[in-house]
Amino acid sequence: MSERLVIDPITRIEGHLRIEAQMKDGAIEAAYSSGTMVRGIEVILRGRDPRDAWAFAQRICGVCTLVHAIASVRAVEDALKIRIPPNAELIRNLMIGAQTIHDHVMHFYHLHALDWVDVVSALKADPKATAALAQSLSSHAKSSPGYFAEVQAKLKKQVDSGQLGLFRNGYWGHPAYKLPPEANLMAVAHYLEALAWQRDVVALHTILGGKNPHPNFVVGGVPIAISIWPDHPGRGKGPHYRGGQGGTALDVTGLQRIQSVIQSMREFVDQAYVPDTLAIAGFYKDWFRQGEGLGNFMTFGDLPAKGMGDPSGFFFPRGAILNRDLSKVHEIDLNAEDQVQEYIAHSWYDYAGGKQQGLHPYQGETKLNYSGPKPPFQQLPVEQAYSWMKSPRWKGQAMEVGPLARVLMLYATGHAPTKELVGATLKKLDIPVQALFSTLGRTAARTLETKLLVDAMQGWYDQLVANIKGGDVDTFNETLWEPSSWPKSAKGVGFMEAPRGGLAHWIVIENEKIANYQCVVPSTWNAGPRDPDGKPGAYEAALAGHAIHDPKQPLEVLRTIHSFDPCIACAVHLTDEEGEGFEVKVVPDYQ
Amino acid sequence: MAFDEPTIAEILRRQGISRRGFLKFCATTASLMALPPSMVPAIAAALEKARRPSVIWLSFQECTGCTESLTRSHTPSIEGLILEQISLDYHHTLQAASGEAAEAAREAAMRENHGKYLLVVDGSIPMGNAGYSTIAGVSNLDMLKETAAGAAAVIAVGSCAAYGGLPAALPNPTGAVPVSAIIKDKPVMNVPGCPPIPVVITGVLAHFLTFAALPELDDHGRPKVFYGESIHDRCYRRPFYDQGKFAETFDDEGARKGWCLFKLGCKGPVTYNACATTKWNQGVSFPIQSGHGCIGCSEPGFWDMGPLYKPLSMPIAPVQMMVGAAAAGGAIAGAAMAMRNRAAKKSAQAAHQKVTVEDLEKAK
Repeated sequence: MSERLVIDPITRIEGHLRIEAQMKDGAIEAAYSSGTMVRGIEVILRGRDPRDAWAFAQRICGVCTLVHAIASVRAVEDALKIRIPPNAELIRNLMIGAQTIHDHVMHFYHLHALDWVDVVSALKADPKATAALAQSLSSHAKSSPGYFAEVQAKLKKQVDSGQLGLFRNGYWGHPAYKLPPEANLMAVAHYLEALAWQRDVVALHTILGGKNPHPNFVVGGVPIAISIWPDHPGRGKGPHYRGGQGGTALDVTGLQRIQSVIQSMREFVDQAYVPDTLAIAGFYKDWFRQGEGLGNFMTFGDLPAKGMGDPSGFFFPRGAILNRDLSKVHEIDLNAEDQVQEYIAHSWYDYAGGKQQGLHPYQGETKLNYSGPKPPFQQLPVEQAYSWMKSPRWKGQAMEVGPLARVLMLYATGHAPTKELVGATLKKLDIPVQALFSTLGRTAARTLETKLLVDAMQGWYDQLVANIKGGDVDTFNETLWEPSSWPKSAKGVGFMEAPRGGLAHWIVIENEKIANYQCVVPSTWNAGPRDPDGKPGAYEAALAGHAIHDPKQPLEVLRTIHSFDPCIACAVHLTDEEGEGFEVKVVPDYQ
Repeated sequence: MAFDEPTIAEILRRQGISRRGFLKFCATTASLMALPPSMVPAIAAALEKARRPSVIWLSFQECTGCTESLTRSHTPSIEGLILEQISLDYHHTLQAASGEAAEAAREAAMRENHGKYLLVVDGSIPMGNAGYSTIAGVSNLDMLKETAAGAAAVIAVGSCAAYGGLPAALPNPTGAVPVSAIIKDKPVMNVPGCPPIPVVITGVLAHFLTFAALPELDDHGRPKVFYGESIHDRCYRRPFYDQGKFAETFDDEGARKGWCLFKLGCKGPVTYNACATTKWNQGVSFPIQSGHGCIGCSEPGFWDMGPLYKPLSMPIAPVQMMVGAAAAGGAIAGAAMAMRNRAAKKSAQAAHQKVTVEDLEKAK
């Protein structure tokens, strides 16, 4: 029997995602991924001051809240050939690292965990046995029987009240849940702990960026000035004479707090996130055999040691892997107009050159054209346009980006700590390296790269402190700040490795204003619809073949989709009501 | 069954919190909301009886930054809020169920709590085409109208829901509008900011929880208690402004000493929000303390109010005198502002009288 499965909204993600699947004999024959919300941020950016772009672009997403700001300032810096001071690079690295660690932990516990953890089953757990389980996994401090009994009591109260709130209508009791009650209770406890942890570690962003979500950045460096004068005698009044205390948030106290955040990140990742991932994965080994569909992976590279112009200093390397062949890493070039291209054959946009064309982002020409059914609707016509996302391709290939791509790239390029970590993980779970190409492979890769990042954070911090000690307090390069110092026209690309994968912004500057601005975003690579050749995107390919136990409770779909950590506000971006051509608009000043 | 549920007071008692501790919690809540001491017993009474009110959270043209901000609240904490104070019955980013089961949860909550639930909205609503944003195949407009119909009140969280925000920035490609442009027959409160400060979001929820009503609002529909004063008036760098000491770039001597960011485009003088007082993320810092000027994110239409780094030139009415004169570097402006400040401070102090536990026990 053939029928259509529709899941909308897909919850526990960022944004508005709809999955439709053509079912045959209880399994997915073909899946279709649709982004159902558009705002048009790139057209809003046109005509504005390029130095302001980061703030607009940042609002593409409040979950991976700094990534678009970073890509944006880097795009402008690339276009205008601005080099940022070493301290600014370290501070950005610390903020990017903190973002990814924060994001991955929240994804695991608050978005993904409920696909594997049956909250209601935790009520049946024996707190003593739960404590024994937790203590066998790590030295995490909160692992006493009393602690787990208290969490269980809290949960029981919630269930007894009849007001289940966020847990209402969950798929509790579904046979695909395999964890024993004790593992479920431990995971629920860590769900709550992670909520408190994430609230505290966000202080790193607040010190360096003033707030979170949406910390501040600046083209040419970072806005946070270093308010420390290690060599000053302490006389007189004011922050200058107090050794710099309190001039800005980055004083001695601020540094200490950043150090303690790094410590806390490392502890939680080592003692909860890594062992929990391994423990849960051990019960779901069948999910190491399905859920990866394309076999093509790509990274842009990030976390520079020698500036963005020198990929040899990147912590995350750059490259492409095709057909799961880890022996060959292909070079990529974001400026080459025949490499990255976006297609709209199945998207609600028009191109002047027709629906079949692919365009490099510098040419990025688009026009909104909603041709879907009039709401309210039941089903999308998937043979036509069905998404607000486009279909980006690299040399015509659909590519997966994200943690799995990064871990594979580190592995393929011989990064020793990664090889060791991956090797130990595979051994512990008793699975072959091919198991990485799967739903849980993706989830495990996210955990493993978090572990790599928490270890790297300390190095950036130590280097920053050493620089300050040595008298280097530069955080901003002002030489090209004034637009009058810019060339008449310029273009550039800013890229980074966002939590969900490779991200790039392309900017064209004419007469001190933005003439064109284009973002190609990780979740567009992963969640985009079919291209003109009918080749599916990464989500669509990954879902094919999934057996669905109960279409009313599509837990299997959620497991694989959540393993990508969708961010759909990011993925949907382009609009241009005027169609082609640059219309430079001048934004009114305050007057 | 519903009526047998534990009240907040019982929950606190079970957790070993004394009556005195409970009253302290009420006093803190009162002071956070700038309520007079006489209201504290009312808060205590309300909290002791309350069933966890149902909250439905709808997300339209948004970036989930407002939800992320909610999770950063420390008083109350997000885990305390969702487990013990409210019943968050529908929330895309956090709820367990997807698809039909998720929509069923929303419909059930609407039915069971008709006329009583609180509707929270983040994101704007696109009026250009119903297909610009849909959930479960339903347009944002229809879902908002349907869900607002049985709500006790609507809270528009974030600048997009409150004023249209980024989607409505010129040229507003999707015809985005705020909640208040659509919902006219219900109380609508705006809690702007991009995003709002975490404790401001939970603070207004606490107010509703306590009084089953919205707090006093200003002309822009914002709760006065959090949006009553400008960032500039409460900024720790204000003394430098008064002395005419300004950072000229982001890492010069002045920037490192914490001098005023006026010349780098700070919009603090025309922005009304609590950033400079409550600060962000447990009082760690706020944008100006971390070296960047305020971008004015809680003001209507701030995205189109001029480039971020252009200094204010002729600002809007109440601050015109002070900024105009300050740009000329005059001390007169400082004096004028000081007078205005003193007046503002006086009224703020009147609203923020301290309440001690002893007062409460007497009041009881």
